[in-house]
Amino acid sequence: MEKQTQSDDWAGTLSGPSSRRQFLQRTAAGVAIVAIPSALSGCHVLGAIGKPKLDFGDDFGVLNYAYAVESLEAKFYQTIVKSPPRDLKPGEFEILRDIGAHEVQHRRFFKRALGVLRIKVPEIDLSSIDFTRRDTVLAQAKIFEDTGVAGYNGAGKRLKLAEFLTIAGKIVSVEARHAATLRDMINPGSRDFAGDDVVDATGRDRALEPLEVLSMVQPFFKSRLVIAGL
Amino acid sequence: MKPRSLFDASERRIEARALPYDIADVLNFALTLEYLEAEFYETGVGTQGLLPADVRAQFDQIRKHEVAHVAFLRQVLGSQQISKPAFDYTGGMGKKNGPFADVFSNPVTFAAVAQAFEDTGARAYKGQAANLMSNKTVLQAALQIHSVEARHASQVRRIRQQKSWITEDSRGNLPGITQPIYNGDANKFHFILAQPGHGNSMSEAFDEPLTSGQVLNIVAPFLATRA
Repeated sequence: MEKQTQSDDWAGTLSGPSSRRQFLQRTAAGVAIVAIPSALSGCHVLGAIGKPKLDFGDDFGVLNYAYAVESLEAKFYQTIVKSPPRDLKPGEFEILRDIGAHEVQHRRFFKRALGVLRIKVPEIDLSSIDFTRRDTVLAQAKIFEDTGVAGYNGAGKRLKLAEFLTIAGKIVSVEARHAATLRDMINPGSRDFAGDDVVDATGRDRALEPLEVLSMVQPFFKSRLVIAGL
Repeated sequence: MKPRSLFDASERRIEARALPYDIADVLNFALTLEYLEAEFYETGVGTQGLLPADVRAQFDQIRKHEVAHVAFLRQVLGSQQISKPAFDYTGGMGKKNGPFADVFSNPVTFAAVAQAFEDTGARAYKGQAANLMSNKTVLQAALQIHSVEARHASQVRRIRQQKSWITEDSRGNLPGITQPIYNGDANKFHFILAQPGHGNSMSEAFDEPLTSGQVLNIVAPFLATRA
């Protein structure tokens, strides 16, 4: 389980949002980036002091977008693991627990990587989901994972730093493994793991734009995610 | 890292290039892997008596996608596409007597080779994403293929009674010669952050890229002719 401690994000060694931001840019690019546009920087300072604002004007907005979705997924699986449906089949709890642990790792990664540039994720509200039944839990998990895959696939092109694209690539294939696994749990031994509903005639998975993904996940957040820069 | 081509420059088509050279090189690298996978599944699914009906349908779904990937990449590459090499699915470099000699007569061996190809494919595409950043359309298409390869890998692993995700750098119940497919997957250093500890979940949560050189070393035994 993730420890929500300050040491988790080691941001205290830097003097503030903009210096951390420059540090991250320098480190990631491997060269010194001398100036960060102050307007963009300002957006993230606002984000940092608590507004759930996703500014897609630069890579940090994309990473915060991923952070918000991973936070939702992590909370979803933590809720399942805490009180699993009684009608799970043998071995299914362990799979859901594994997937949940992966999502916690993803959330933890983005939290640490973004540091003080991260948004405050709105309170998550999963009360619309019936966690007592296997079928509703698996159906919702499938939606989250398919959406996550399509979201990363659609967001990759927005990233400007190769290091961030590679990180997104490391995560999206694990989300795809989750999606395929859940689909096979729902309809075992079928073609659904990569069904024609998600893979098109050219053999490609879906790609969704941030607005499409955010409109799907917004109902699970208690306050509105403010979106800019799209 | 730019992919090494399987082919000499003299063998590449010399027509006017619609795609920048470096993008075409990455796509031809991907096309080589897709050729390898497509013919593998075409042969396996088409071999009477090899696969039980339920498993055969799942491999047929994978086959359909790999054939589609070949067609898609060839279409994108146009005159820049490379032609299909000859393969040796026994892993015998053309001698047809490699470690997977019964690949098309034993379903267990067939599934093992399938897992090797799919886990390799996912890591290979991941390693090339950054080389496609200059063309957003091509990058997104490659990412869309990448996640399908990962779905395939997951399902083949489930067919083989393995966890869908890779723990540390374990090849599980695959033979030792497949270890290079999993080497490096235990990495816990992401971007600029070390994330040690947390049991298996840390390594499972992040699939790691392979360079084109690593991938070509992995697939070399399956190439019957090396140009």
